[in-house]
Amino acid sequence: MIAELGHYALILALVVALVQGTLPLIGAQRRTPAWIAVARPAAILQAGLIGIAFLALTHAFVTSDFSVVNVAENSHSAKPMLYKISGVWGNHEGSMVLWVLILALYGLAVALFGRNLPPSLRARVLAVQALIAVGFLLFIILTSNPFERLSPAPLDGRGLNPLLQDPGLAFHPPMLYFGYVGFSMAFAFAIAALIEGRVDAAWARWVRPWTLAAWCFLTAGIALGSWWAYYELGWGGWWFWDPVENASFMPWLAGTALLHSAIVCEKRDTLKSWTILLAILTFSLSLLGTFLVRSGVLTSVHAFATDPERGVFILAFLVLVTGGALALFAVRAPGLAGGGLFAPISREGALVLNNLLLTVGCATVFLGTLYPLFLEIAGGGKVSVGGPYFNATFIPLMVPLVAFVPVGSMLPWKRGDLAGVLARLRFAGGVAGATALAVLALVEGTSLLAAGGVLLAAWLAAGVLTELAGRVQLLRVDAAESWRRLVRLPRASVGMSLAHLGVAVFVAGVTGSVAWHTEKVQTMRVGETVEVAGYQFTLDGVSEHRGPNYTATSGQFTVTRQGAPVTRLRPEKRIYPAENMPTTEAAIHSTAMRDLYAVLGDPAEDGAWTTRLYVNPLIAWIWFGCFMMVGGGLLSLSDRRHRVGAPVRQAVRAGVLGPAKA
Amino acid sequence: MTRKERRLLVLGASMTALGLATALVLLAFRDNLVFFYSPTELVEMQVPEGRRVRIGGLVEERSVERRGDTVVFRVTDTATTTPVTYIGILPDLFREGQGVVIEGALQQDGTFRAASVLAKHDESYMPREVADALKKQGYWQPGERK
Repeated sequence: MIAELGHYALILALVVALVQGTLPLIGAQRRTPAWIAVARPAAILQAGLIGIAFLALTHAFVTSDFSVVNVAENSHSAKPMLYKISGVWGNHEGSMVLWVLILALYGLAVALFGRNLPPSLRARVLAVQALIAVGFLLFIILTSNPFERLSPAPLDGRGLNPLLQDPGLAFHPPMLYFGYVGFSMAFAFAIAALIEGRVDAAWARWVRPWTLAAWCFLTAGIALGSWWAYYELGWGGWWFWDPVENASFMPWLAGTALLHSAIVCEKRDTLKSWTILLAILTFSLSLLGTFLVRSGVLTSVHAFATDPERGVFILAFLVLVTGGALALFAVRAPGLAGGGLFAPISREGALVLNNLLLTVGCATVFLGTLYPLFLEIAGGGKVSVGGPYFNATFIPLMVPLVAFVPVGSMLPWKRGDLAGVLARLRFAGGVAGATALAVLALVEGTSLLAAGGVLLAAWLAAGVLTELAGRVQLLRVDAAESWRRLVRLPRASVGMSLAHLGVAVFVAGVTGSVAWHTEKVQTMRVGETVEVAGYQFTLDGVSEHRGPNYTATSGQFTVTRQGAPVTRLRPEKRIYPAENMPTTEAAIHSTAMRDLYAVLGDPAEDGAWTTRLYVNPLIAWIWFGCFMMVGGGLLSLSDRRHRVGAPVRQAVRAGVLGPAKA
Repeated sequence: MTRKERRLLVLGASMTALGLATALVLLAFRDNLVFFYSPTELVEMQVPEGRRVRIGGLVEERSVERRGDTVVFRVTDTATTTPVTYIGILPDLFREGQGVVIEGALQQDGTFRAASVLAKHDESYMPREVADALKKQGYWQPGERK
């Protein structure tokens, strides 16, 4: 009964979305206040209905109602409660319901908190959002109904893929979706602005917080996914340039570019059409990501539950959304007047460079990810494009980007003095050079490339700190005064520094874990010791034990270094009988400077075990760096200037098109 | 600086960046494209020894053998089989009768030396290349669940 209620609520939500997607648009065009006013209550109602559907599905999972096909196929009565709940979005149908729920929640946020938006802009934004929701609701209702019944109901379910039964992955999809779908806000604002024919600083000021929020979620989601791959898959790596990973990385790159170009748009009222185009591209890449992950057209090791026929629907939707948006852009963008002028050496110029490198980098990832598909359609055979391609194309483009961050963030608006900025960065350059040389001299096995990575990270960190020190007049006034200035700095600028420092920590982590990582694969007997990068791993024994819904074989390792005990590691091989599937649980001992990582493999002949042991220096810095980026984003988001103040739109300005000629 | 000059500059910078990226992409493609073959195609196309390629098919029943660190098994598309050697830990879902994709190179003795062995996270899923390779041999029907 509750499942039918959920199904019914979804269909009602579709009807509401149809109304919300049409009436306010027409109303805003014809200036009919009553029709414009439909948008807000419709958005609230739509969020409520989709919320009911989502709760109904969650109820079916929590109570293990196996008469619902989706629950029977993806849940099991013996599963811990956390995974019963995360099972709701651990499958195709449920994850799509989560997608529209998040879309509706964003719409709800605009309806509730968008009071300072002009009513016609708000109505158009909500209408565009509703049209996206129509597409996805149709998709769910027509091709992937999560509430389908099964008769007779089985006694127990088939269970959730054990790899997904993990706290890290329970929260990974919602985070990722909050990011993907969050870019729909920037998209809806962009389309609304194109229809209005008007983009100005106030518009950019409304768009920025939404983009920033989406970016924070996406960053956290990608980091969580990569961390999960690191500890759960037992391959010792954290990023594999797999199509599914790239699918989430492309919107991240475009979204990062959007975040920066929106600043120019807000502060300097220029780069408007470019910002609009980026907003369209970013959301299109989010849709493409959903398509790639759901359709399985590309061979990915991370593919879960794919279905090519459903992919066709998403592809058609993607073509419609992107094609329609770009067509509108082509018609309307030339009418958007350009804004303030700036010299090439200026903050604006630096942010253009940032955008250029990020979008070109995004394009190389796009090409590498989709090339196998293009080639196959063209009949050129089956290929795969692996890590080496991305390392050879993407990294050379990112190095100048990172290297230029300290310079760019010190350049003033409009016109800057490169020599002056470089002079102020002398000290940072010295620190970075000294750090790189020290690492080259002191750490064994440092290649020039690794020293280059250290140089880059240290340069960025020192440069960001120099900029911050300049702002608080460090050493020029007394320490107490500097502190007072630091506390009084706008949160948005502290957030920026924190996020850029996060990039530096991330680069250091990547450099360390790639350059000095050691891996050994061997068979070990009980009692045998293997040395990896100065650590002695001794296999003390192998035993069997039982978990809540699995049985496990676990190996006990003692790790010592120069005779002193370091830690004990207990990697496991688990068998989940409900799903009849084995998983590998790596054992990891993590400190700031290195991770010890042990994996137990299959038994070899005469009582020996295959084992894989890693020492991964600095790898925790990768996730800590991402954590700092998210923290910087959130700090910036909490700046009250993002919420109050400027959103009052100036009356018709010179050089800006008037409101749409209806 | 006039608007026109600024446009030219931005255009110039974009072209440079795109040109650089194109050069990088072409260089990387030349060295890093890995072609996929079924065991039958591996023989028919006379893939040279040492060239890095991917092959895919089913792990032949009762072919997996462990010799110390090394695992030896055969991959089949039901028409042709290729012997494979691999050093390391096999993925959790590696089983006899299951689909796998293997990246590596042919050796002089006709065996395929695997650098990595990929199986899916999800056992109901067949790697697409493997499904296509098997379909060519008339073995696998879509919709069949393993």
